[in-house]
Amino acid sequence: MPAPLNFHFDIDGEDFSSAGEASVEMKKKLRQLGFPPDVIRRCSIAMYEGEINMVIHANGGSADVAVYPDKVVIVLEDHGPGIPNVELAMQEGYSTASEQIHNMGFGAGMGLPNMKRYTQSLEIETQVGVGTKLTMVVSV
Amino acid sequence: MTVMELARALSLEPVCEAEPDREVTGGYTGDLLSWVMGRAQSGDAWITIMSNNNIIAVATLTDAALVILAEDVQPDPGVAELAERKGINLYRSPDSAFSLCGKVAALL
Repeated sequence: MPAPLNFHFDIDGEDFSSAGEASVEMKKKLRQLGFPPDVIRRCSIAMYEGEINMVIHANGGSADVAVYPDKVVIVLEDHGPGIPNVELAMQEGYSTASEQIHNMGFGAGMGLPNMKRYTQSLEIETQVGVGTKLTMVVSV
Repeated sequence: MTVMELARALSLEPVCEAEPDREVTGGYTGDLLSWVMGRAQSGDAWITIMSNNNIIAVATLTDAALVILAEDVQPDPGVAELAERKGINLYRSPDSAFSLCGKVAALL
């Protein structure tokens, strides 16, 4: 398998208004590389949800995107509070986001479910008090 | 129908006309950004009452043709400039989201 193209993004946890910048940047790169719109869309949704989660819950983190000819692997890592109950967090509509976050249009409890829906695989490694690492694969 | 034709037909007030010749192929309405993110389609006219910066990221990622702020909502400070920078068509209207949906659906 050929070596992937790797992209690294730091997700700023302080600035809520710029959340989504990394996803937009990744989308631009995938488009330049000529990926089909459906693949770009699935990667964008999955990455955006992850990015927003890191800003809401974990004070930021990092995203590493590895682009292969036949798949895109997105790894999101943070040193936030971890997810105490992954099964619950995977349920549509379940959210621990604050009222303020809801008022901004987030916290619908669709983050992880959307990531699962739009990727071929979603692997969650999380430890309370340590952080969370998500690995998502989108097949081309 | 292009963004500009739709905007004229609905008497929308332009906040940012970045790409007025873009084709509008559908519509979507919603304010929960994750919901919109997962369901709005490329080329949609997205009708919302959310007014913060994050609508620009969602519009960019979903590839919406334009965003219409309904119910006379004013964009938050900086949103117009961000729309300009990201090339997002952004309009506003005094009409309700319901009314705008009906009108957009009738035009497309």
